[in-house]
Amino acid sequence: MNLIIVLPIIVPLLFAVIMLFFWKNIKAHKILNVIASICSLAVAIILISNVNTLGILALQVGSWQAPFGISIVADLLTSIMVLITSVIGLATAIYSLGSMDEQREKFFYYPLLQFLLMGINGAFLTGDIFNLYVWFEVMLISSFVLLALGGKREQLEGAIKYVTLNLLSSAIFLAAVGILYGIVGTLNMADVARKIPFVEEKELVTVVSFLFMVAFGIKAAVFPLFFWLPASYHTPPIAVSAIFAGLLTKVGVYALIRVFTLIFIQDTNFTHTVLLVIAGFTMLTGVLGAASQNDMRKILSFHIISQIGYMIMGLALFSPLAIAGAIFYIIHHIIVKTNLFLVSGVVDKMKGSFNLKKIGGLYRYYPLLGLLFLIPALSLAGIPPLSGFWAKFVVIKAGLEIDQALIVIVALVVGILTLFSMTKIWNEAFWKDDPKGNENKIIDSFSAIKLSKKVLMFSPIIILALITIIIGFNAEPFFNFANNAASQLLNPSEYISKVLGL
Amino acid sequence: MLNLIIIGFFASAFAPLIYKRTKKYFGWIAASFPLYMFISFILKYNEIASGKIIKEAISWIPSLGINFSFLLDGLSLTFVLIITLIGTAVFLYAGSYMKNYEHTGRFYLYIGVFMTSMIGLVLSDNMITLFVFWELTSISSYLLIGFNHHKESSRKSALQALLVTGGGGLALMAGLILLAQVSGSFEISALYDIHDKIVSSKLYPAVVILILLGAFTKSAQFPFHFWLPNAMEAPTPVSAYLHSATMVKAGIYLIARFNHAIGGTVIWQDTILIAGTITMFIAALLAFNQTDLKKLLAYSTLSVLGTLTMLLGIGSNLAIKAFFIFLVAHSLYKGTLFLVAGIFDHKTGTRNVSMLGGLKKLLPVTMTAALLASFSMMGIIPLVGFIGKETVYSSILEVENFRFLLLALAVISNAFVVMVTILVGIKPFFGKLLPTLKPPQEAPVKMLIGPILLAVFGLLTGLFPNVFIQKLLDRSTISILAEELGITVKLWHGFNYVLLLSFVTLLLGIGLYYFRKQILQILENLSLSNYLKPSFWYERILNGTLSFASLQTKILQNGYLRYYIIFIIITTLGLTGYTLFKISGIGSLDITTDLTIYELIIGIIIIASTFLVITSVSRLKAIVAIGVVGFCIGIIFILYSAPDLALTTFAIETLTVILFVLVLYRLPKYLQFSNPGSKIRDAIIAASVGIFMTMIVLLVTAGEMQSELKKYFAEASLAEGKGRNIVNVILVDFRAIDTLGEITVLAVAAIGVYALLKLRLKEGDK
Repeated sequence: MNLIIVLPIIVPLLFAVIMLFFWKNIKAHKILNVIASICSLAVAIILISNVNTLGILALQVGSWQAPFGISIVADLLTSIMVLITSVIGLATAIYSLGSMDEQREKFFYYPLLQFLLMGINGAFLTGDIFNLYVWFEVMLISSFVLLALGGKREQLEGAIKYVTLNLLSSAIFLAAVGILYGIVGTLNMADVARKIPFVEEKELVTVVSFLFMVAFGIKAAVFPLFFWLPASYHTPPIAVSAIFAGLLTKVGVYALIRVFTLIFIQDTNFTHTVLLVIAGFTMLTGVLGAASQNDMRKILSFHIISQIGYMIMGLALFSPLAIAGAIFYIIHHIIVKTNLFLVSGVVDKMKGSFNLKKIGGLYRYYPLLGLLFLIPALSLAGIPPLSGFWAKFVVIKAGLEIDQALIVIVALVVGILTLFSMTKIWNEAFWKDDPKGNENKIIDSFSAIKLSKKVLMFSPIIILALITIIIGFNAEPFFNFANNAASQLLNPSEYISKVLGL
Repeated sequence: MLNLIIIGFFASAFAPLIYKRTKKYFGWIAASFPLYMFISFILKYNEIASGKIIKEAISWIPSLGINFSFLLDGLSLTFVLIITLIGTAVFLYAGSYMKNYEHTGRFYLYIGVFMTSMIGLVLSDNMITLFVFWELTSISSYLLIGFNHHKESSRKSALQALLVTGGGGLALMAGLILLAQVSGSFEISALYDIHDKIVSSKLYPAVVILILLGAFTKSAQFPFHFWLPNAMEAPTPVSAYLHSATMVKAGIYLIARFNHAIGGTVIWQDTILIAGTITMFIAALLAFNQTDLKKLLAYSTLSVLGTLTMLLGIGSNLAIKAFFIFLVAHSLYKGTLFLVAGIFDHKTGTRNVSMLGGLKKLLPVTMTAALLASFSMMGIIPLVGFIGKETVYSSILEVENFRFLLLALAVISNAFVVMVTILVGIKPFFGKLLPTLKPPQEAPVKMLIGPILLAVFGLLTGLFPNVFIQKLLDRSTISILAEELGITVKLWHGFNYVLLLSFVTLLLGIGLYYFRKQILQILENLSLSNYLKPSFWYERILNGTLSFASLQTKILQNGYLRYYIIFIIITTLGLTGYTLFKISGIGSLDITTDLTIYELIIGIIIIASTFLVITSVSRLKAIVAIGVVGFCIGIIFILYSAPDLALTTFAIETLTVILFVLVLYRLPKYLQFSNPGSKIRDAIIAASVGIFMTMIVLLVTAGEMQSELKKYFAEASLAEGKGRNIVNVILVDFRAIDTLGEITVLAVAAIGVYALLKLRLKEGDK
């Protein structure tokens, strides 16, 4: 009955392949993509409820007993990540129906989306460190093609930087896997975790852990490895930016959490202190980067980095509350960040630009759009009682509990700077009068968009905003969940025994 | 209480809709909402006055200890009554004042949210719930200050207020978390029994500083005073309500609320005393060269806020009594005067005091309210302001240290306030009628009810203090000091020292008014306002942060891929290298063991070809050299008896070289870009990476690898996997899902190549 675990990988693959059979039939692609997203959501819901009731689930692919085959594992963290991925997948699927251009749709935009989701789910679900590498490759190639699809100069420039730096991450990751295998002789993460304590050369393990830290750190876009993100995220169509912004870096964060709670817990004094330093600089450089930008997408991109810092801070503090905070943060962040990108896409369609210097006057005529921006924006800035407040609150509380005053101060200062940049977008795009004058309320191409398409663009925004509000007002179940997930991570024995069938 | 708050938020949310239907009468409808709240709470007056404390709690996030717990005692009831009473006046007033504005519906939404949050703030017994409302008041204040958002100055002031109060808010949050860490609970009422434990904790100084940072920013205490005068960009009803009567008192409320639980120490009392005294004095001085009605009122508000803080800092029984009376008095008279200033603005077209005069016949009702409020503000008997000022002085007279300094500063500050009052509340009505932009006329009823209501309240409270405030005073002081004062409020204390001080203040103030031009000259010569220029530091910090931000971003995100790669590699080397050199076996690594002559030769060939690749200026040569490296690796596979891998490698290498050569002809001529310096740098980095990886591999292979996998694969491959080639069985069976992933990668890559070749959108396309 554990077959459900593997479905989040199979469903997107299956639908992507079916779509390819329809070649360039856009209509079929659109319908299939929405069906695929709904199926994925259903699968994810079943998975999370199963994990919630039955505990950690593991499946040995091909029935090869672990650690000889590959294990697919779902614990609470995995299942919530899979669930949010499917939510974002569905939101993007619907938004794309309203906003994606026909050219890209013809050139396999929708199958590529499903391949990307397959890679992401695979990365969350795998219990094998080399298999994780494979899913990273699937993610990388699909995201690269999505990024470059359209072939505009700006896109290619971003895509080249993206792919080069991510290949560097892959190379380091692969080297690290090889070395790890050389040390413990196994690739199954549960098995690795079981064997690591018996390795004589502890420092060698620490060296490997840093290789993993760099490889995943590049993926997670932490300081000083984040360059690929601001170089590329503002170039593709906004639906693509939105799904990237929500999910890609979080796979890196997930991988960091996984290996630094399961495997590399030998020398936490050292490794997790390094993580803490990284977290602080990530928060700070990210938010300062955002403060210096005028393009909405670039501001939002730099904020991803800054927010990743908070998640890493939770991991680095390494207390139950802190890890729970990191998980809560991830949940909140994915929803909010995707939504902000989606809103910025609508702004661009209305005003013809992402550049804050060139647009304005939106609030006057479109107060509801203003509200739909303010909800995720204030949530991101940590204003209560929205989801972002609780996320920040828990992480900061965790930091104060273990006397890490410095990182808490950084987190607080970054909080106020985040508020600054969110109000900057609000100020320029919404409050300020349109520099082109009020006659030009919205550009013609937006008025020409059919109402049904507008509905398709707005409905995911509204739903994601509602989720933010629900998490904010009803934080208890979410926080409880994060707490349970954290305690699973910090007591890896259940994970190990379920995977290895001990 | 929770239901009232929920009703409040819902009612506010529907304000824009209702406004659209009922435009003309909306002021009345809106005012009924705070009035309803006022009545609901006044009904609880008897219970509270008799000493009861009403509590209510619903759990919210119990696993974090966060609950909707509310507590109604004397202190919170006083604040709620002030909030709702002035709310009623302001909501009604705004119905007329805001009628020519765009988006009046949104205005009521924000101010409704504000009022509800403010009520929530003063009722909360849970620190985090309190904080949630605290932040909501900051946000609604932001939206209200920036209400005229087409003006740049409005937007800037709104942002300034938000950043200052928001920053303080974050400090407050940290302070509350620390406090709860000491007390073990977020409930404020749980703090009272463990005062000694809190005060003796090592976290105590941090708690005090952080909580006071929150309070001082919100209540605009020095050095955070500058945002309040700038907040006057808001429409006048907002200034009257948020930035004079209610929100700016939230910080003071917080100090009062926590005083009993964490106060009474030197650090607490002195910090509050000093900040309050400085604010009181500086704000009074800064008011001097203002001519704008609202700015004048803002600075006098600041001065009063300073006084209130100072009184909390003194902390004696008498000072708390003075605090309470002064708080009530100020809310009433300042609310009135702001509304009057709004009437001037609306009905004459100017807010400049030097352009107003002789309006007494034209605006008689306004004048009545204004004069009542002014007399209260100047401390003239029989208004409540008189009692306020008297008790302030008598409490200062009780202070032991620096008594005369405090007294002198208080008298001077109050004299300045008297001068401001004359300018704002009295001068415009008397003297010669000055020409104005609009023909002056009396304000409509909606705009008059509010100021009159508040002014009359001020008079009645002064005349019958035992009816209006005695009981609330008793109950509030219990909340603040945990003991009953047993002091009765009286209007008349007889002829004494304090009365003399009040009289001196009044005379001084009148003197300041008459000689204000000469004094202004002196002050300008001292260029005092330059030193104290309110937002000097704010701008410095903001601009400094922004320039630093763009500088660091230019350095980090510089656009050059090569630097990105260098950053990443150096990080990798730094992180791993440090640990690597701690490994004990690192010195004794022996690379010569088991080295055969074949391996050595192949190694040398690989290294030599690599050098050829990087030094060659011909692309063809470089590609051939790469091919050589690949073939050598293939030979290594043969040496380690893996002929199938070797064959695959040979095939791939051959193919790659051929493909490269084919592509070569299409490429432009090879150009040398890098200078010698960067070449050396790159060489060092590359060599370090190589050496470093080699060392790790050597270290890893130094020990015998123990793997069950090898053995298992060897045994199970044929038996269970039905294949003799172990590698094949691993790929298609044991680890089939890896292969599935890799096939997917190839398929996606194929799609990508196809799409990139075929699809070229033009730059203009979306």
